[in-house]
Amino acid sequence: MNSVGPGYYLVLATLMFTVGVVGALVRRNAIVIFMFIELMLNAVNLAFVTFARMHGEIVGQVLVFFVLVVAAAEVVVGLAIILVIFRHRASANVDEMNLLKW
Amino acid sequence: MTWEQLVFGGVFVIALGSSLAMLFMRNAVHVALYLVAAQIALALAFLLQGAFFIAAVQIIVYAGAIMVLFLFVIMLLGIDKREALIEPLPGQRTLAIGLGAVLAAEIVYVAWRGIDLAASPGAGSTALDQINRDPGNVQALARLLFSRYLLPFEATSILLIVAVVGVMVLARRLGSASRAAEHADENRKAA
Repeated sequence: MNSVGPGYYLVLATLMFTVGVVGALVRRNAIVIFMFIELMLNAVNLAFVTFARMHGEIVGQVLVFFVLVVAAAEVVVGLAIILVIFRHRASANVDEMNLLKW
Repeated sequence: MTWEQLVFGGVFVIALGSSLAMLFMRNAVHVALYLVAAQIALALAFLLQGAFFIAAVQIIVYAGAIMVLFLFVIMLLGIDKREALIEPLPGQRTLAIGLGAVLAAEIVYVAWRGIDLAASPGAGSTALDQINRDPGNVQALARLLFSRYLLPFEATSILLIVAVVGVMVLARRLGSASRAAEHADENRKAA
């Protein structure tokens, strides 16, 4: 069943992670930045699953399970924070969030 | 060329293509839809690697619940308009893209050196297939989760409760603020 080596999956995961990093740095909309963080988490999940296959252990998949749970909690809290900021400042642009600047 | 190579090729193109497309979409809703495409492609990649339960959870939780939440907030805030291209920090975008390219080169180089690309999946893969066949994927996951990883599992339940309470506090503060405004209004009317 397995004719594609794990290296190819790892290359896909690293490339997707890099796209996530660049997106989180380049974009301005807080929600879009959040989605790129999700993309990075997904790429890491792919790496975990690939490592699980390389080592013949299912532990990597357990870790993916935990990443999923933490990501769900993180999304809920993060979106609530963005919502509150938006209600206060009527913008989700991260360049306009300069409350700590004097 | 086997069917698995064909499917992996499709997964590679769709996952990488839609994550690159996310970079260039200026509308937040389009970014979300491309993220859903990338996540479904990744679910296929999980299936290819024998992670059946994780693939199902990826579609149900990620492409389903989390992305619906994202789209809901985008629609609620009404920020589905195009993003401005002005840069308050000059050169920040080019610097970010350059750093991203360096990071990509670095990671791919390390992956290239550390992992033999041409290597066949080998013993690990057959061991995983064995696990998927004998106790079954879900059973093996559940056994680990409720024995060796019981403490982290309980910790995630605390994390979820904290997240729920935190979100309620965030939302309630808004409520009390508007209530305070109402009070101020009433006081003004009374005075």
